[in-house]
Amino acid sequence: MNARVEALLREARAVGWVMEPAAREILASYAVPVGRHLVATRWEEAIAGAASLGWPLVAKVVSPEIVHKADVGGVIVGITGEAALRAAWDHLSALPAFAGVLLDEQHTMGVELIVGVKIDPAFGPVVMVGLGGTAVELYRDVSIRMAPLSLESAREALAALKAFPLLTGYRGGQAVDLDALVELLLAVSEAAMALEDAVESLDLNPVFASASGAVVADARLILR
Amino acid sequence: MNLRRMLQPGSMAVYGVSSKNPSHPANIIYHKNHLRLQARTYAVNPRGGTLFGEPLFPSLAQLPEVPDVVVIALRAELVPRALEECASVGAGGAIVISGGFSEVGRTDLEDEVRRIAAANDLPVLGPNGLGVSAPPVMDTFFLPQERLIETRAGRVSIVSQSGGILVDLMIKLTQEGVGLARAISIGNKAVLDEVDLIAWLADDPSTDVVGVYLEGFRPGRGRAFVELVERIQTPVVVMKSGRTAGGARAVSSHTASVAGDYAVFQQVVGASKAVEAKDEAEFVAFCEVLARSHHAGVRRVGIVSASGGHGALASDGLYAAGVELPALSEALQGRIHAVLGRSVQDIASVANPVDLTGSATDEDFYEATRVLLDSDEVDAVMVLLLPYLPALTPHVGSRIAQVAQQHDKPVVTYIPHVDKYGIFIEGFEAHGVPVAHTVGGAVDMIRALARSR
Repeated sequence: MNARVEALLREARAVGWVMEPAAREILASYAVPVGRHLVATRWEEAIAGAASLGWPLVAKVVSPEIVHKADVGGVIVGITGEAALRAAWDHLSALPAFAGVLLDEQHTMGVELIVGVKIDPAFGPVVMVGLGGTAVELYRDVSIRMAPLSLESAREALAALKAFPLLTGYRGGQAVDLDALVELLLAVSEAAMALEDAVESLDLNPVFASASGAVVADARLILR
Repeated sequence: MNLRRMLQPGSMAVYGVSSKNPSHPANIIYHKNHLRLQARTYAVNPRGGTLFGEPLFPSLAQLPEVPDVVVIALRAELVPRALEECASVGAGGAIVISGGFSEVGRTDLEDEVRRIAAANDLPVLGPNGLGVSAPPVMDTFFLPQERLIETRAGRVSIVSQSGGILVDLMIKLTQEGVGLARAISIGNKAVLDEVDLIAWLADDPSTDVVGVYLEGFRPGRGRAFVELVERIQTPVVVMKSGRTAGGARAVSSHTASVAGDYAVFQQVVGASKAVEAKDEAEFVAFCEVLARSHHAGVRRVGIVSASGGHGALASDGLYAAGVELPALSEALQGRIHAVLGRSVQDIASVANPVDLTGSATDEDFYEATRVLLDSDEVDAVMVLLLPYLPALTPHVGSRIAQVAQQHDKPVVTYIPHVDKYGIFIEGFEAHGVPVAHTVGGAVDMIRALARSR
């Protein structure tokens, strides 16, 4: 664990949880693809950031008091121009303890997955991957493997999913970049091993996999 | 810690033998071992005296030799001192039968057991367990001999977190004709746990398969278990209770919610070389087949039956287990047809399942099995034998076993288990072919052989 990750975890402990920008930075330090994003604390930064990221965008509130962003209207998707961004800014900046806006490139959807980490009492760090979305807790179509994953075990974990055909082009659908998804799992596995003593679990949900790659679109890191 | 003296002892002391109470657990253990088993056994009681003319030694130091293993059946409060004594005389290990530790909230006493064991590098099994049954050398179960069934000597060893389940599994394995090497009850596993014992049994020349019953792993020991089973050659079958406990806990994330304790166990163990048994029937079937076959990766099965219904039931079971029942090539069907006797040749179905009909003879079963094993179209054969058919004889088992031995492919069998058919069953089992007593049991055996490695 490098000094920057330790500092981020220390700050997070002071607040009580890990806000998304910090969670993404921690993951990125283990080479987990978290997509192009930035945090703006002033409108001028937001508009400049939008220009560098390009439209469409997703805007999310950053606030130490808002854990479940979507529940308070803290996530606005499909922002395609300055007017929409301004409206989003005005809404988000009025939320409690506003500390900034996370601007995220909006990904082509592809297949929506959940990738998770749990520090299991018996087995230590385990990595979970499954088809994401709201139904994950209903279908429970997930593979759970002990970290560190090998290349083979990461591939096998994907192939063991009932929904695996959705990743390889089911009924005319486009096949996703499996190698990129495997790389993502290996990076998450590395993060899991490194963060074993600091975190309890990690939710990367959703992770979008498409023909052009795999990327984390939202990250939650639960401290121990 | 070296467990050899504890698990393969030449001498044994039983601590806590009573001069007044003949049904005290220590007395039962002492008499069993002293009278019937090979380990030289001494009775120990701090008050001294005699029992049926044999001395009750007041301390371990006064025994005529240093005991390899000391079985302790004293009140829990007296156990730490007895363990200190084991260490000071240089005993090879201690088996603590006594209850009254963490299971009743006395974690302090259990911590003390752990401390003494660690300080003296003393292997300790238990407390609150039955210990070890490994005839003809030793048997520390405090269950009178006449209450237990006679087990068969064999190649399966069992490690169990519950003494009761252990004895039940021994009965069920024995009923299925599976012989036992060692049965080990780990109790509260204060010191030695399932991982330590599996590691020892993996190097034990008398053990070919280890069956494990678990309620749960201690912190980190699930990982140690997986790492161990990946390293050893001995197949490990594991059955776990408490599958639902994790679900009730409030959880903080999707991952923690979906990846509950049992889900993690099932998936992580499922991806390892260990085989999970979901219930006792699977446990018995898995242990039985793995004791007799080293095969893995079975994907395609041929069925030889004398009844369409049995073939259909088995097909359904194999399909549900994801095992393939390949359609046999024309050429192979022709070869099967060619070897069948006149009485069934024109009425048998030679597709998969092969249905030899109620007129089948020993020769038909033998030849159909042989031709299937000869072909490269199946990895294993399941024989569904109906011993009430008039043309079958008890020789059929040894003949099929012979052809199975000539091929490097497993054969599993179903025969209904009633005493009357025992001679048919023994014909197979005595020659190394496992026999299930339900069609589902035969399917379970194939599932164990279908494990990836």
